[in-house]
Amino acid sequence: MATLWRFTLFLCMLLMACGGLSLASEEAETRNTQTETGTGSSSNTTGGGGHEAAPITTLPIVTWKWHHISVQYLVALWILVCWLCKLIIEANHSVTNYIPESALLICSGFILGGMIWGADKMQTFSLSPTVFFYFLLPQIILDSGYHMPNKLFFTNLGAILIHAVIGTCWNAASLGLSLWGCHMGGAMGDLDIGLLQYLLFGSLMAAVDPVAVLAVFDQVHVNEVLFIIVFGESLLNDGVTVVLFNVFDAFVSLGGGRINAAEIVKGIVSFFVVAFGGSLVGIAFGILIALLTRCTKNIQIIEPGFIFVMGYLSYLTAEMLSLSAILSTTFCGVLCQKYVRANMDESSVQTVKYAMKVFANGSETIIFVFLGISAIDKVIWVWNTGFILLTLLFIFVYRFIGVFFLQWILNRYRLVPIELIDMVIMSYGGLRGAVAYGLAVLLDENKIKEKNLMICTTLIVVYFTVILQGITMKPLVMWLKVKRAEVTEVSLLEKMTNKMFNHTLVAIEDISGQIGDNYFRSKWRHFEEKWMTPLLMKPSARKKQDEVFDVFHQLNLKDAMEYVTEGERSGSLEFVRNDSAILDFKKKLESEYTEVLPDIPPYMINNHGAMFTMGRDPIPSVSLEMHEQTMKAMREAEAVDAHHLLDQHLYKSRKQYRHGFSRSDFKINRDEKEVQEIFQRTMRNRLESFKSAKMGVSPPKTIVKHSKKEQQEKIPNGKSMSKTKLCHSGDEDFEFSEGDSASGYDSSYPSFSMRATYRPGAGIENPAFMPDLDPMDLLQIPPWLAESELDSSMVALSHRAQVGLPRTPSNLRRLAPLRISTRSTDSFTLENIPDTQQMDSDQLPPPPPPRPPRDDGYV
Amino acid sequence: MGSSSSSRNKIPNAQELMDQTGFSSAHLLRLYDRFECLDRDNRGYLRQDTVDFSSFVRILAHFRPTDRNRNKEGTQQELPNSRTRKLKFAFQLYDLDRDGKISREELLQVLRAMLGLQVTEEQLQSIAERAIQEADLDKDDAISFDEFKKSLEKVDIDTKMSIGFLK
Repeated sequence: MATLWRFTLFLCMLLMACGGLSLASEEAETRNTQTETGTGSSSNTTGGGGHEAAPITTLPIVTWKWHHISVQYLVALWILVCWLCKLIIEANHSVTNYIPESALLICSGFILGGMIWGADKMQTFSLSPTVFFYFLLPQIILDSGYHMPNKLFFTNLGAILIHAVIGTCWNAASLGLSLWGCHMGGAMGDLDIGLLQYLLFGSLMAAVDPVAVLAVFDQVHVNEVLFIIVFGESLLNDGVTVVLFNVFDAFVSLGGGRINAAEIVKGIVSFFVVAFGGSLVGIAFGILIALLTRCTKNIQIIEPGFIFVMGYLSYLTAEMLSLSAILSTTFCGVLCQKYVRANMDESSVQTVKYAMKVFANGSETIIFVFLGISAIDKVIWVWNTGFILLTLLFIFVYRFIGVFFLQWILNRYRLVPIELIDMVIMSYGGLRGAVAYGLAVLLDENKIKEKNLMICTTLIVVYFTVILQGITMKPLVMWLKVKRAEVTEVSLLEKMTNKMFNHTLVAIEDISGQIGDNYFRSKWRHFEEKWMTPLLMKPSARKKQDEVFDVFHQLNLKDAMEYVTEGERSGSLEFVRNDSAILDFKKKLESEYTEVLPDIPPYMINNHGAMFTMGRDPIPSVSLEMHEQTMKAMREAEAVDAHHLLDQHLYKSRKQYRHGFSRSDFKINRDEKEVQEIFQRTMRNRLESFKSAKMGVSPPKTIVKHSKKEQQEKIPNGKSMSKTKLCHSGDEDFEFSEGDSASGYDSSYPSFSMRATYRPGAGIENPAFMPDLDPMDLLQIPPWLAESELDSSMVALSHRAQVGLPRTPSNLRRLAPLRISTRSTDSFTLENIPDTQQMDSDQLPPPPPPRPPRDDGYV
Repeated sequence: MGSSSSSRNKIPNAQELMDQTGFSSAHLLRLYDRFECLDRDNRGYLRQDTVDFSSFVRILAHFRPTDRNRNKEGTQQELPNSRTRKLKFAFQLYDLDRDGKISREELLQVLRAMLGLQVTEEQLQSIAERAIQEADLDKDDAISFDEFKKSLEKVDIDTKMSIGFLK
């Protein structure tokens, strides 16, 4: 069965590829004609072609304009095909569990390439360095930089830099020299390669590819220190490799005879200038981005775009100045991430995050597929057994030697040394990838006669490392029992303790009289706090900078989410209504607080209590359990009750979907006055209930839980205005209607008189928010009938309900307990709920008996 | 070597300290110099005569990195840089009144000192509350050492509570 399934998959893939091919071959012809006419294959020159066509004799209705769009069309099509390959590969996890995705993508590239070859008898598509370095690589680098775990990166920066700089130079030099030595020894027969060319080749092979490394290491969850060293190294050494490559390329162009000591010194100087200059450009752009995002508040929609544009510009600027573009973009991403995340709106931050992932992952896929396609080309296959095998061997061996030696030295200065098996994985993770290939294609055929041999060798090395080492990586990690990354839940205490450790370590270092890492870290933090943060961060965002507070915020968000999910899973948010636990707690707190702060009014205390209870993890789940049994019986009753209340107290909202088509404002019905109105109502109700509490009625518990909810909501709202009005208003509705219920009940109004008494007291200033300004005056209809009216859109239940759900009564009924939970133990709850659903407005049921006064149970 | 062993003699019960803390004699010497430097009045004590050299070293010994391949001869007594001792030290930093429990008030004090002015008092309180909730298993509204240890189970204490002592 499994084989059948796999076979079908394969067939699908084939079919799809054929689909791509039929167009591709067509394109190939156009491509050929283009090249014949001397236009560049990758540059778009077909644009004006159509207009120079022969003069028309009659007006054509429809014309075939393939030439207009051929290039764009093919680009889009190729992207689609590559992504479909990924889709197919990821469809079946039994394969990707053993073989890394990158290897599979290369293999699907082989198949696609084979088909193109079969159709065209030549390779019409291959990864050109221009496309690779200017269109595919930047977003990957930017993504890696932007999502770099900063603290880990900087803690291990020393090791990373040593591996990236010295290790790469070692790899390049050793490979070049060894190959040259073997060449001299006659191991490869007759090849026209000199020492400098070998070194050039060595330098392009030295790069450990971040794309390949990330693709493999992502799936093998090794411990984070190991990961960051391998990954950071691979990222930075790309920059180093490109620099080395350029230096050696210049040497090759100069020719062996003209290289003297001065030129070599210049080469070394240029190496450092290019590397550090690139990093500086990146830092400058990072600061620019941070500054920009400080003031993009009013153009929130395109705010995320700045990150991408500026990141790309940092790449291009560095390239323009012939500095290291990869390093530039990396540092730009690393530097700006913190400030960008703090400055920008929450939703923009999310957008950046996901868009970056889309771009990076997308182009990664394209790169791997094209690495496979490029292989199917007769031209580049020049076989030289000695050269290829020796290269493979040397790369492998020297990588091991280099890593072990450098890490052995580094370990003497590390607090926690890297273990031996970790070093094995580090060495084994030296995967070569597209950067090496891109550089190999960049080689100048006039200067290097054996260019094709080098490309071919590079490809073989890439395949060998990505496919073979990639596949064996996971078993190796298992077999060596490498420490894996633990999935840890963030805990507040842990964060706190971490922070305390940091402080303690600085102090202890100071006391014991040594200047170590912690000292510098604290100095840096001071510097950052004093200069960088005020400059680069919005004042409002600075507060969130605190780690502990940030974690607290995240945990609360998570809780709130779980809370709702849990509630919805069990069909209702009714468990919110369990007050006993909260009440206990609140009471305790109350007493505590009245001792400490005697002059704070009780409702404030309630607020505190609510705030604290929010931290109580067990409460929602516990109360959920306790409530489960009663829930069913209560729900029906509550639905009626809720509708009744909603109908009475929800204002009519008129301007939903106001900005449905606006490009610049995606919020639905955000109205300041509306919010203000809700706030006023809520406050008034609270005051009322406070008064009633003073008069001897027990404090309304609903308010406690309601403010609890509010607290949970407050943080995200306060933090970001990004929350669409959708949720916003929904919660506000919930909030204030509940407030009403509390006040209404506690002041023991009969429920249907509430409407009448309510309005004057509530002080609604804006007629737009009057609950019943509708021509079909709702007052005419007895309030308990309101739920039958709901589907006639008389009353806005909430935006969410209106937007999200079809307005059927049954839906609303289900929804009601979600929105609102009142203490519905009264007799109003009716036995004829099923009837109420089918009821029409003309089929009025007998009015239910008035709600009994509530205070008997509560005073 | 001769000079170091001679200056080692001026350190009171050096051998015992080395056994107890796991510091090498070079470490000890260095710390002794530091101690003398801190001890401006040359009384042999720091902080109003409460900390003498051996307690100074014993405290610092908590921050010695754990050495992986130490031979097992020192197992008869737990060195101060063991995981539990490190945790205990951290715990005592919270436990201001030494009653073996971190109360909310104590947590709050530590938080107040750490978070500074950016966070309001209410937020601090809710943070403290939440932190206690996380760790508090027996629901006594305080964190005992066992609970503390358990909640920090996954934290790499060895790394986070160590500094590199110069030789």
